[in-house]
Amino acid sequence: MPIAHPDSIEDLKEILRADTSIVLLAGGTDFMVGLNHGSTRLESDHLIVDLRSVAELSTVELDYRSKMLRLGAGVRWNDLLSGPIEDAAPCLSQSARTVGSHQIRTAGTIGGNVATASPAGDGVCALVALDASVVLTSHRGQRNVAVRDFATGPKTTVIEKDEFIERIDVPIVNGWQGYSKIGTRNAMVISVAGAAVVLSPDSQICRIALGSVGPTIIAADSASSFATTAIDWNTSSVSTDDLDQVVQLVRESASPINDHRSTASYRTHAVGVLVKRLIEQGLRSIKESV
Amino acid sequence: MTYTSDEKHFELTVNGSKHQVKDSFLGASLLSVLRDHIGMTGSKGACEEGECGSCSVLLDGNLVCSCLVLAASVTQSSIVTIEGLGGATDVQQAFVECGAIQCGFCSPGLVMAATNLLDRNPDPDVDDVREALAGNLCRCTGYGRILDAVQVAVDGRKRNKL
Ligand SMILES: Cc1cc2nc3c(=O)[nH]c(=O)nc-3n(C[C@H](O)[C@H](O)[C@H](O)COP(=O)(O)OP(=O)(O)OC[C@H]3O[C@@H](n4cnc5c(N)ncnc54)[C@H](O)[C@@H]3O)c2cc1C
Ligand code: FES
Ligand code: FES
Repeated sequence: MPIAHPDSIEDLKEILRADTSIVLLAGGTDFMVGLNHGSTRLESDHLIVDLRSVAELSTVELDYRSKMLRLGAGVRWNDLLSGPIEDAAPCLSQSARTVGSHQIRTAGTIGGNVATASPAGDGVCALVALDASVVLTSHRGQRNVAVRDFATGPKTTVIEKDEFIERIDVPIVNGWQGYSKIGTRNAMVISVAGAAVVLSPDSQICRIALGSVGPTIIAADSASSFATTAIDWNTSSVSTDDLDQVVQLVRESASPINDHRSTASYRTHAVGVLVKRLIEQGLRSIKESV
Repeated sequence: MTYTSDEKHFELTVNGSKHQVKDSFLGASLLSVLRDHIGMTGSKGACEEGECGSCSVLLDGNLVCSCLVLAASVTQSSIVTIEGLGGATDVQQAFVECGAIQCGFCSPGLVMAATNLLDRNPDPDVDDVREALAGNLCRCTGYGRILDAVQVAVDGRKRNKL
């Protein structure tokens, strides 16, 4: 079982076209855990494809004219923490900072986070709130899938065998955004509950995404649209009753499980508190900045 | 152009020298190849899932968990392990001076992480140090002396620069 090191997207397309028993390897932080513990098995007819050799997958393009941040799938967490990406997509940066440890952020990629389709994926939660889309490429062409529709369940996605994630297109949204998660310690935790909130007074939009409270990251649509109309965008404020209603709708859209990390009822409670605090913090910050 | 490499027989560049690896198993991690094939047992293995940091090495200058690296995929990279530091760097001496080592199991990983931090950021504050070492677990020291040791190394480098 050889390892292929394509050095261009064109090569990668051809490899995926020809072979069906392919394993794509990016930072390895999800893949190797499975391999070390035996839940992922390699067979001798598998071809491992090393995505790190494709430099094009690590490109970042900031296009303020079309208000789009184009992030190559191979961009690593540590590259998302500061600088222009932090300015363009603050909640994505904040989510990156909560991932694992320095060692994990050095290796792990945003494309790997999306592809893994964990219900706790921190980057995915931020991307759903930002209404980002996944650009899937194959020899047949390219298609865009909203990040919110990409995962169909824990570890299952709409990706086809001959496709790979080339990049993620992240709209640049004016206003305020934040990401927050709860876990058992500050570093190195898979979240017990997580939430991302995007508030844009310019386009009068509030978008809420929830992590670790369902089989995939959840776009809390009913809560988002209620908040969008309930918020007084001229004064950047929302009534206590309306905010409680947002929290109620958030909790209704959650369908968490009990597991070794937490209970369903705690998760439901916690995710509501996270969203409430994020909205309060966001509106306060918008008010202070005008 | 695409090139392919062999999964079981390959060459790694560790601490500046080339090492031939023969008959490694399918899917072997860099950690297991370093320890079991190359005979460098400085990097420790405990969790093999990226949680403890005791296997930390530099891959092309970046700090990673060697248990999460597929050994056969990094034949083109430069790898630095704890053996590559030599044994008497300022960080290592600070760990000894401050009593930051008890059983010593975590020490190679922590020394790699602390060294990498100082190379990236010569003037870290306490929060920077805590964040940089958050991926390394120690079951003995309670971390206080480890934080002290890093501070001693930071101060030492600053003094040397003056
Ligand atoms: C100790 C530890 C802590 C962690 N903490 C967190 C955390 O706090 N939050 C969090 O969200 N995650 C966490 N993770 C999970 C993991 O680090 C992330 O999901 C990471 O982003 C995965 O990226 P990778 O490049 O390492 O993926 P890999 O392990 O290389 O790949 C993962 C999967 O994605 C597929 N894949 C990768 N790239 C592509 C692509 N371009 N196209 C198609 N398929 C692709 C691979 O085939 C594989 O199936 C943690 C992992 C560890 C080991
Ligand atoms: S053995 Fe690699 S992090 Fe624990
Ligand atoms: S000194 Fe024993 S684990 Fe750290």
